[in-house]
Amino acid sequence: MDLMEYQAKQLFSKHGVPVSMGTVVENAEDARAAAETLGGRVVVKAQVKVGGRGKAGGVKVAEDPDDAVAKAGQILGMDIKGHTVHRVLVAPTADIAEEYYFSYLVDRAARQYLCIASTEGGVEIEVTAHENPDAIARVGIDPLVGVDDAKAREIVEATGFDAGLADEAVEVAKSLWKVFVEEDASLVEVNPLVKLTNGHLDALDGKVTLDDNADFRHTDHAAFEDRAAADPLEAEAKEKGLNYVKLDGEVGIIGNGAGLVMSTLDVVAYAGEKHGGVKPANFLDIGGGASAEVMADGLHIIVGDPQVRSVFVNVFGGITSCDAVANGIVSALRMLGDEADKPLVVRLDGNNVEEGRRILDEAGHPLVTMVDTMDGAADRAAELAAATK
Amino acid sequence: MAIFLTESSKVIVQGMTGSEGSKHTQRMLDSGTNVVGGVTPGKAGQSVDFTGATVAVYGSVAEAVEATGADVSVVFVPPKFTRAAVVESVDAGIPLIVVITEGVPVKDTAEFFAYAQSKGGSRIIGPNCPGLISPGKSNAGIIPADITKAGRVGLVSKSGTLTYQMMYELRDFGFSSAVGIGGDPIIGTTHIDALQAFEDDPETDAIVMIGEIGGDAEERAAAYIKEHITKPVVGYVAGFTAPEGKTMGHAGAIVSGSSGTAEGKKEALEAAGVKVGKTPSATAQLMRDLLA
Repeated sequence: MDLMEYQAKQLFSKHGVPVSMGTVVENAEDARAAAETLGGRVVVKAQVKVGGRGKAGGVKVAEDPDDAVAKAGQILGMDIKGHTVHRVLVAPTADIAEEYYFSYLVDRAARQYLCIASTEGGVEIEVTAHENPDAIARVGIDPLVGVDDAKAREIVEATGFDAGLADEAVEVAKSLWKVFVEEDASLVEVNPLVKLTNGHLDALDGKVTLDDNADFRHTDHAAFEDRAAADPLEAEAKEKGLNYVKLDGEVGIIGNGAGLVMSTLDVVAYAGEKHGGVKPANFLDIGGGASAEVMADGLHIIVGDPQVRSVFVNVFGGITSCDAVANGIVSALRMLGDEADKPLVVRLDGNNVEEGRRILDEAGHPLVTMVDTMDGAADRAAELAAATK
Repeated sequence: MAIFLTESSKVIVQGMTGSEGSKHTQRMLDSGTNVVGGVTPGKAGQSVDFTGATVAVYGSVAEAVEATGADVSVVFVPPKFTRAAVVESVDAGIPLIVVITEGVPVKDTAEFFAYAQSKGGSRIIGPNCPGLISPGKSNAGIIPADITKAGRVGLVSKSGTLTYQMMYELRDFGFSSAVGIGGDPIIGTTHIDALQAFEDDPETDAIVMIGEIGGDAEERAAAYIKEHITKPVVGYVAGFTAPEGKTMGHAGAIVSGSSGTAEGKKEALEAAGVKVGKTPSATAQLMRDLLA
């Protein structure tokens, strides 16, 4: 789960990273009181889980409390790269002397952690990496040791912080490590980390990605979930324990196994090129089980998407047997009744496939077409979607 | 020969008395695997009756190894306990640890992988993977044994169901070994490890490599193939239509900005001389053409 800036800053504050919090408001008028508390002149910052807010006009300086209300009004409701702004952070202005970059992340290739830091912050790190790679320090971190005093000092020296700032930078590096490791983050990024004119460090902006797999030891992380911003179909799927991602096309997809479903999306998109450019409408992995109930839940979500014109059920019976999947489809259609009103193309292969196909044949549901191969079924589903578009 | 897992492998199952563990232990036994024991803390001295075999339960991996000489452990314990289970197997000197469990925090994986490295390097496969099978010899994990037979194609894949799909597509040829390495951000065995093992395996003639969006494992594998792999490799990459910033099922399957895209991986593989299929069946056809 990606956190918004103010949530990241809450975690920074919890672990002793120097940060000025500000106040989050959801309607413009509330920005007045927030600005008054902070002394009048403030920064109003859109809270969305996407980069490039500044460029998009989502970060504005307000000169006084009235102006804070006006700026908050401009930003709230704004669309930034497909994310609607539902709340803004009213933060104190900072007197910045210098801007740095600092992050911890998972290094997949080295199978450990990595610190990336630079004294050239405030811009996208990818840009610095491209234009001035020598300005970036990359320090590997052993998961069994973490960032102790010695490692923090190594990072600070490699980055090239001024001598006068080194001791404070070591403490910040250690505090940010606590955010990373104690909160089970897969990314902690501070951009910019700034030196204020008073000579102290401050985490001016923050990005944190939490590892959902570790939720079992962080019950407090559930509070970070932004239910209002989530796609309603995605929210409903999550509630039912389904692995669903809403996309923008017309062919609904149900499959088993993440790789097979990703592959199904691709095959449908290729087939769509021949059929008026129809595209996959979603990713939905029903996993190994594929019981009638899971199938019904999945179909319910997919037919609830008004963009969907046809549905492609693509199952390879590995552990699941095809007869169970076929029974699942038949009872799911019965459970859904009139709600299921879109053509269903089913491709079954693998374990006990003959029995699975026999069950679907026998049920003879008018909406169901069976096709033997994945490519052929994708083509049929795309064709049906195009025909009713 | 096959890779990593052979007919002489002696397999224990950590979490054998749980529902997934017992279901798949039966399947492993059915496919001829030499399952010599199960491990469940607190259940030492018990045994489990499977169709065709009774398997002893030990209280710890160390006890199981001492009693049976086990050299492979398949881990089915829940995510919360996975790190401890793997560490226990490393401490007991198990050379091959196959972690089926899905949903392990990446921090725990980073730690148990680093621990295994520090102790001299038990090979870990997974987590969040279907395990591996050397058809006709042994099956450590959940890959269905009845899809195909022993043959001379090697398969390494991030995805479970695409592994099954590809084994099915090439069922007439059969496989020396098929290894599901898992789709998590940190995994114990990479494409590169499996590619090198297939290169060294006299029973493997050609290799299928299946990747997906996220990270740069496929790009690194491509560079490795160019330098070190002489056997023919065909590839498939899933996720061309995946949007940026969305996790597609596997925790590691995410396109971040312009990195981790399927297109980039395909191009890297093709630049290394690997033929890449547009769909699983097109990929299988490339392999068929190659073996014809």
